[in-house]
Amino acid sequence: MENNYFIDPDGLSESALKKKHELENNPASRTNHMEYMDGMEQIKSDIMQKVLEQVSDYDYSIYTSKDVLRALQHDTCSVEDFKALLSPAGQPFLEKMAEKARLETRKHFGNTVYIFTPLYIANYCENYCVYCGFNRYNHIRRMKLSPEQIEHEMQVIAKSGMEEILILTGESRAKSDVEYIGEACKLARKYFRMVGLEIYPVNTEEYKYLHECGADYVTVFQETYNSDKYETLHLAGHKRVFPYRFEAQERALMGGMRGVAFSALLGLSDFRKDALATALHAFYLQRKYPHAEISLSCPRLRPIINNGNINPLDVGEKQLCQILCAYRIFLPFAGITVSSRESEDFRNGIVKICATKVSAGVSTGIGDHESKYTGKGNSSAEGDEQFEINDSRSFQKMYDDMSGEGLQPVLNDYLYV
Amino acid sequence: MQNSDKLVIGGHEFNSRFILGSGKYSLTLIESAVKYAGAEIITLSVRRANTKEHENILDFIPKGVTLLPNTSGARNAQEAVRIARLARELGCGDFVKIEIMRDTKYLLPDNAETVKATEILAKEGFLVMPYMYPDLNTARDLVNAGAVSVMPLASPIGSNKGLATKDFIQILIDEIDLPIIVDAGIGRPSQACEAMEMGAAAVMCNTALATAGDLPVMAEAFRQAVEAGRKAYLSGLGRVLMRGGSPSDTLTGFLHD
Repeated sequence: MENNYFIDPDGLSESALKKKHELENNPASRTNHMEYMDGMEQIKSDIMQKVLEQVSDYDYSIYTSKDVLRALQHDTCSVEDFKALLSPAGQPFLEKMAEKARLETRKHFGNTVYIFTPLYIANYCENYCVYCGFNRYNHIRRMKLSPEQIEHEMQVIAKSGMEEILILTGESRAKSDVEYIGEACKLARKYFRMVGLEIYPVNTEEYKYLHECGADYVTVFQETYNSDKYETLHLAGHKRVFPYRFEAQERALMGGMRGVAFSALLGLSDFRKDALATALHAFYLQRKYPHAEISLSCPRLRPIINNGNINPLDVGEKQLCQILCAYRIFLPFAGITVSSRESEDFRNGIVKICATKVSAGVSTGIGDHESKYTGKGNSSAEGDEQFEINDSRSFQKMYDDMSGEGLQPVLNDYLYV
Repeated sequence: MQNSDKLVIGGHEFNSRFILGSGKYSLTLIESAVKYAGAEIITLSVRRANTKEHENILDFIPKGVTLLPNTSGARNAQEAVRIARLARELGCGDFVKIEIMRDTKYLLPDNAETVKATEILAKEGFLVMPYMYPDLNTARDLVNAGAVSVMPLASPIGSNKGLATKDFIQILIDEIDLPIIVDAGIGRPSQACEAMEMGAAAVMCNTALATAGDLPVMAEAFRQAVEAGRKAYLSGLGRVLMRGGSPSDTLTGFLHD
C-alpha cells in the first residue's frame, strides 16, 4: 500500500514538467542523498550510526505478549522494553499501556497541558518532497511576509492570548534567509514569551545567531529514518541530504538552543521502525547533551492542495496512540506535542494519557491570521497552506476545552536567560 | 506547642512546616495546600510566573502566604542569579530557592553551581534556600556561602519514592546548624512524617498532592503527618527494641566504684 504522490499540477512549464518527471522516474538523475552539499557543516557525531543500527536490527515480529507485559511491569523502560511496546504484540495491551503512560505523565507533568500556535511566515520552497503542499512543483499561491506583515500577524495572535509561538518557513534559503528569520525572531520576542523555530536545517553558527535573536527551541522532522525510502520521497533540494538533516538538532544544541524536537512523518514508511528511530534519536542526543530539553511530535500524513488523497495508510488512531504511549513510557520526561493534524476527539483524549502540548488557533497558510481570527482581511493576499488541518479550534476554545477535561492549560513555563 | 515551636528561616517565623512546591499547580492545589495543609510558604517558579494574563500563578497565591520564588530552568549559577534578580524585580521579596539543573531527565541539582549562586545572591541580600543533592561537604559550603536553609532531595523529583537518601539527610540534620528542609520525592504523608521525626525542619511537596485523588483530604493528611512527625521529634522518640527484650540485669551492674 502506498500513496500516489506524483501529481502534475496545472501551470508548470514544459521544462519544469520534464525535470519533475525525470526526478520521479529516473533515480540516476537524483543526487546522492548521503552526501553533504556545499556549505553544509559536518560535525563529529556517532548518534546517527547508533540509531540506524538499532533500527535496522529491529524485528518487531519476534515480540510476544509476555515481552509487552514484562515491559509494563518494569520501573524503568529499557530500549528492549520500548521495542516490545511498539511491536504488534503491544496492540492488544493498549489500555494497559495508556494507564502506565498516564501515570508517568502525571508524575512528570502533573495535570498541565501547554498551548502554542505555529506561524508560517513564508511558503517558498526549493525542495521537491513529494508529499508536501509547499513542494517546489506544487502550484500554490506563494508568499513571504514582510517584517511589517509578520508583526501584524503576531499582534493578532498575541491578542488572542497566546504566549508561545513556533515560527515556520518553507525551505528556501534564497527567499527566506537566516537574517530574515532572525528578524522574525526579534519581533516575536516583543509579543511572545517563548519562541521556537521550525525551519530548514542550518549550521551551528546560524543556530547560534538565531538563538541570539530570541529563539530557544528547534524542531526538525526527519520525516522517515529509512534512508532508502527517504531518497525516494525527497527528490531535490537541500532536504535531500539525509545526514545533514539528522544532525540538525545536535547542531542546534551546539549553537546554544535550550531544546529540540524530533519526529517522523507517520505514513511515509514503516511506522514502527520510524517511531523507534525518532525516540532513539532523542534518547541518544539527551544522553550526550543532558541539559537539552527533549520533545517529540507525531504527525501523520494529511491531504495537500492538488492531492487530496494523501493519507497515513496503516497508521490509524490506535497505532498512533500505541506509539505515543510507548514514547511516554520510554521517555517519561520528554514533551509530546499533538498537532492540529489530529481530530478534536483524539486530542481531547490523548492529553489525558500522554500528550503535554497542543496547538490551537492554527493556520498552515501565510498571512491569514487576521481573516481566520476575525473574519476581516483580504484572502487574495494570502499564501496557500502546507496541509489540511483537522482540528480548527481557536485558542480560547482550546483553553476552555482543556480546562473542561480537568487539565491546567499553561501558556508559558519559560524564561530567556 | 504550636505557638512556641516556630520554624525560623532567615529571621522569618512560620507556624507551618509544610511547604508547597509549584512544579505542577492548579488553583485547587494551592487552595487545598493553604486551607487544609496549612502551608504558609509556596514556591513559585519564576518562569511559570513569566506570563501575561491567563492563569498567572501569582494571582492564585493568597495574601499572607510567603512566596518562595525558585530558579527552575537555570542551567548554571549565572542563569540562576539572573532569574533570582528578576524575581526580586517582580516583587517576590528576598527569599529565593536556588534550583540549578544540567539534566532534563532526572532534574538532579548541580551542587557545585548551586554553591556559586548561593554565594553571589547571599551577598546581594537574598535569603537563599538552595535545593541540593544531600552531600555534607556541599552543605557546609552552602552554610559558608550564606544560605539560610539547606534543602536536600529525598529522592528524584516527581518520583514519590520517599526518603531514598535518608541516611545522608540524617547526617545533614545532625551536622548542619541551619534548618534542613526535605525537598523532592516525598510521595506519602507517612514519608513526610518520617522526615519530620528525623528532625527535618520542614518538608516540601508538590507531586504527592497534585496527583492525589482527593486533594483537600490529602492536604489535610499531610498537615497531620507533618505535625505528628514534628511532635514525635520534639518529644524524643521512644526506645526502639532492636532484637528481643531488654535484659533485666544491667550489663554493667558489676562495676563498683
